[in-house]
Amino acid sequence: MDFPYELMINAVVAGLLLGGFYAAVTIGVSISFGILDIVNIAHPAFIILGSYIAYIINARLGVDPILASIVMLPAFYLLGAAIYQVYHVSFEKRGQEALRSLAFFFGLLFVTEVTLILVFGVDYRYVEASYIGPTLHFGFVDLPLRMLVPCVMSILLLLALQYLLSRTFIGRAINAVAQDQLALQLMAADPVRIKRIAFGVSIATTALAGALLIVIQPVEPSVGRDYIGRVFAICVLGGLGSLPGTMIAAILLGIVESLTSTFYGPSWAPAVAFGFLLLTLAFRPAGLLGR
Amino acid sequence: MRSSTFFLCAAAVAAAVFGLSRLIEYEYFFFAGYVVLQYIVLATGWNILGGYTGYVNFGSAAFFAIGAYASVAIHKTFPLPIPVLIVIGGLISGLVGLGMGYLTLRLRGAFFAIATLALAVVVQTLVTNWDFVGGSRGAYILRPASAPLVGSYIEYLFLVMLVLATIAVSTARAIERSRLGYGFATIRDDELAAEASGVPTLRLKLIATTLSGAFMGMAGAPLPYYVTYLDPASGFSLTYAVNSIAMPLVGGTTTWIGPLVGAVLLGTIQQIATVTISSAVNLLIVGLILIAFVIVAPNGLVGLVEGWLRKRVM
Repeated sequence: MDFPYELMINAVVAGLLLGGFYAAVTIGVSISFGILDIVNIAHPAFIILGSYIAYIINARLGVDPILASIVMLPAFYLLGAAIYQVYHVSFEKRGQEALRSLAFFFGLLFVTEVTLILVFGVDYRYVEASYIGPTLHFGFVDLPLRMLVPCVMSILLLLALQYLLSRTFIGRAINAVAQDQLALQLMAADPVRIKRIAFGVSIATTALAGALLIVIQPVEPSVGRDYIGRVFAICVLGGLGSLPGTMIAAILLGIVESLTSTFYGPSWAPAVAFGFLLLTLAFRPAGLLGR
Repeated sequence: MRSSTFFLCAAAVAAAVFGLSRLIEYEYFFFAGYVVLQYIVLATGWNILGGYTGYVNFGSAAFFAIGAYASVAIHKTFPLPIPVLIVIGGLISGLVGLGMGYLTLRLRGAFFAIATLALAVVVQTLVTNWDFVGGSRGAYILRPASAPLVGSYIEYLFLVMLVLATIAVSTARAIERSRLGYGFATIRDDELAAEASGVPTLRLKLIATTLSGAFMGMAGAPLPYYVTYLDPASGFSLTYAVNSIAMPLVGGTTTWIGPLVGAVLLGTIQQIATVTISSAVNLLIVGLILIAFVIVAPNGLVGLVEGWLRKRVM
């Protein structure tokens, strides 16, 4: 049998698009875990929350899901800021971050999932938009718009955050807080306020990532769990807190996952992220573009 | 109290519990009691790593399910008595714990926590793709018609779990008061200082992960015989992961009594809530209790009682 080149090229292209989307899912964790050192394992739960909010607005008002999520960004920002405040008062201030804050975020993850199940049940939900369905064809390469639009949106999100973090005053302050909190305090800046803003931004990205997710695939409450491994694998592989590293790692994982599900079957795809994570932790804990 | 004396006392308590339970007529008590005992083993196992050394394991469901699926696989090839299955399940998940720890424990604690979270997903993927144990369709287990020692099968399972819970709690207490336990405590308090004073931290952490994984696997080994139908979604249910973390944290993580109190309390609440309200609502309750306790009572019920006693003395 000839090697199926066409199939492989299509799988690689699909992986590229998927990886672009994974970058949007991970970017929030790159900020919270990578820069702020807050191990927010509830991140995927907020993404699913974002998916459901996009779903409700789309189903009730017929608004485009991605547009709806952009409108919801401030609400998610405030949610993130509020969660950081609780985290700060309960754990950071008392200096007992490790065990209890992990349990706290795990509890949030669980409560969000169970609440969504209680309200919406375990049925798969999906949204309607003009770009779900049509596919662009270039020779034998297929580009489904359902994947292309999230990928483009994700790249725009990354560029915007890169600009925010490297060019603006507040972005530089966020980087400073990661490097030396004490020095920042000596310059009369309030590290808690800056961290609150950064964590708010990190949660705000989940509104958009959630909308992109529900454009790509139907969503039910426990889908988020599959993303925990992926998100942290990408974040660690990319080098904590490095946005270009996150992009490269996301695309790498996307391609490998896409090849795995094309040649071995989709039920094996979740194991790829874990393999990535373990190999990275074992051989290069600093990641590709580590600090 | 010496560890051997404690074990005898615990065994006496367990015997009394079993003796009293024989007086109860209706079988539902044993079904509910089995679950509570299973959570005592799971929570105590989790606490050996999580509470004593401070390394959080989110993959309890994976270790638990490894024990359960080991039993399914053995049942299909060569049925063995349940106590033997428990030993085998414990060995396998202990080895998985060791491997897991070896790959991630040299790094910061957070990486270990994340890796365990991902482990649950991967082990589930493996089992879902493994047709021999039923794959995603699940596996049926036919119980033997009669049980050894006691007449009904559910009473036998209850007795087995009672013995296991006694062993688990006694082991946890023995560890707490040994050199090993003090080593674990130094890791929890300040790993760097411990390492600098010559505590072999990596070796101790590996011992803790192995023991903890083994107990969680043992808790899962009799599960197929209890439910008689096991599929990946129920074996790897997030409920086990949440409960095994919530129970020690609600009870108190630094002593053996914490997970015991937490498991009895939360386990009983859940059994009652499942019957009277619904199983989804009772999971919500556990999640909210967990969040409330880590924020308001960081040292659990044991911490609250200790604080109260200290105030009274002063």
